[in-house]
Amino acid sequence: MATIELAGKQFDVDEDGFIQDATDWDEAVAAAIAPTEGVDSMTEEHWVVVNFIRDYYKEFGVAPMIRKLCKSTKMDLKKIYELFPSGPAKGACKIAGLPKPTGCV
Amino acid sequence: MSNTSGKTPKLDKLDKGPWPSFVKEIKRAAEKSPMSKDLLGQLELSYEEKIGHWKHGGIVGVFGYGGGVIGRYSDVPDKFPNVAHFHTMRVNMPSAWFYSTEALRKLCDIWEKHGSGLLNMHGSTGDIIFLGTVTDKLEPIFAELTEAGFDLGGSGSDVRTPSCCVGPARCEWACYDTLNLCYDLTMHYQDELHRPAFPYKFKFKCAGCPNDCVASVARADMSIIGTWKDGIQIDNGAVKEYADKGMNIQKDVCGNCPAKCMEWDGSTMAIDNSLCRRCMHCINVMPKALRPGKERGACIMIGSKAPIVEGALLSSVLVPFMKMEPPYEELKDLVEKMHDIWCEEGKNRERIGEFIQRVGLGNFLEAIEVEPSPYMVEHPRDNPYVFYEEYFEEGDEDEGEEEDE
Ligand code: SF4
Ligand code: SF4
Repeated sequence: MATIELAGKQFDVDEDGFIQDATDWDEAVAAAIAPTEGVDSMTEEHWVVVNFIRDYYKEFGVAPMIRKLCKSTKMDLKKIYELFPSGPAKGACKIAGLPKPTGCV
Repeated sequence: MSNTSGKTPKLDKLDKGPWPSFVKEIKRAAEKSPMSKDLLGQLELSYEEKIGHWKHGGIVGVFGYGGGVIGRYSDVPDKFPNVAHFHTMRVNMPSAWFYSTEALRKLCDIWEKHGSGLLNMHGSTGDIIFLGTVTDKLEPIFAELTEAGFDLGGSGSDVRTPSCCVGPARCEWACYDTLNLCYDLTMHYQDELHRPAFPYKFKFKCAGCPNDCVASVARADMSIIGTWKDGIQIDNGAVKEYADKGMNIQKDVCGNCPAKCMEWDGSTMAIDNSLCRRCMHCINVMPKALRPGKERGACIMIGSKAPIVEGALLSSVLVPFMKMEPPYEELKDLVEKMHDIWCEEGKNRERIGEFIQRVGLGNFLEAIEVEPSPYMVEHPRDNPYVFYEEYFEEGDEDEGEEEDE
């Protein structure tokens, strides 16, 4: 397992760059991951998506299905990809500090 | 015990015997590619230890797309560093797999430059499969592919790359232009193909006639199979010719008709088309004498899949006959309604066939606004799918109970 430094903290990450333990995740960490997923800077809209994913994960223990994400954030799929060019599963979930999604988003 | 020496005694055994082996091809690629060499090593190790050495489920991709690349990592990267990453890329094949040699060379060049050089032509969905590359190479490969006029195919919970039989390009039985429909669907569903948002995968397969050379009835969530509405075209002179040349028309043609709806009196062939099941048997046996009818279109079937969550399913009839002409509005409307209800109500990893089984065909038909028809019933009185409300009038229920007693 590789270790990387994000916003001054050390994180174990898997091969795909998902952080393994999100206890130390915070907004600065998210902002540090963002550029690796093609997000130059985190705007308010980015945070709406990331926060929704985090809240959902905290409540249900899984990432939301993509339809759910679109409905709840009132953004269509095109918009999500504009914000997160590598897609909701790879981009948004990684920035949100979730473990690698399996089959959801 | 592990094999980093380059010796592969177990794999070598697959190289012997009369049939070509994938081992031979990997060895050939290994002469040029260190990745393919380590692939051999890791495979030999797997054969020794009887255990696979690929980890499951990486998430990698290219910007703008949520599908098309399947991440794969070795769990013994210290032993075989060149296959530490071994991602698969799916490349959308042309309709009916027609290539110019130039296009094929181009694909091979791109893959030799950036990947293992190993290809699988083609995967079961139909895509060109590029086997083995590393994360950093994904974007350059994608850029060169698009430059060459190719695109990635589908993967994950999305519309998978549509595929079709060779159809009218080479086959006289085609009841509609399978190549055109396949291309049209591919272009129309670009978003759905590249950006997974379904409960699970959705496959289209287009076959020009009931011979179903793409096995759509067993492998597609939506099988679009060419058929005809009117009668089989008969050339009695040509039937006679077959008979004169020694074909036993009675036994081999009429006798094998599953509907037993053919008669041959030695000079005239008669077919009761109201009973014909459009199975193609007679046409296949006497291609010069019989042809599909003139009023052609396709039968839309839904729901087949391989056994993963539930058992295997074959597609069953949804629309017995639909004209198949551009711009295919009727078909697209139907697909849209199906996707809407399935996406809304489907569970994660539930194929549309399983979804229909769960909610019941009656409810599904109501949601997509299709009238139930007897064609949907596999065997008369044997299939609980369809509930004909108009058959139940007041008092019926009591009568039903009486019969039961
Ligand atoms: S499915 Fe029918 S039309 Fe298509 S290639 Fe086969 S025989 Fe020809
Ligand atoms: S197509 Fe099949 S069912 Fe129809 S007449 Fe020929 S053999 Fe019989």
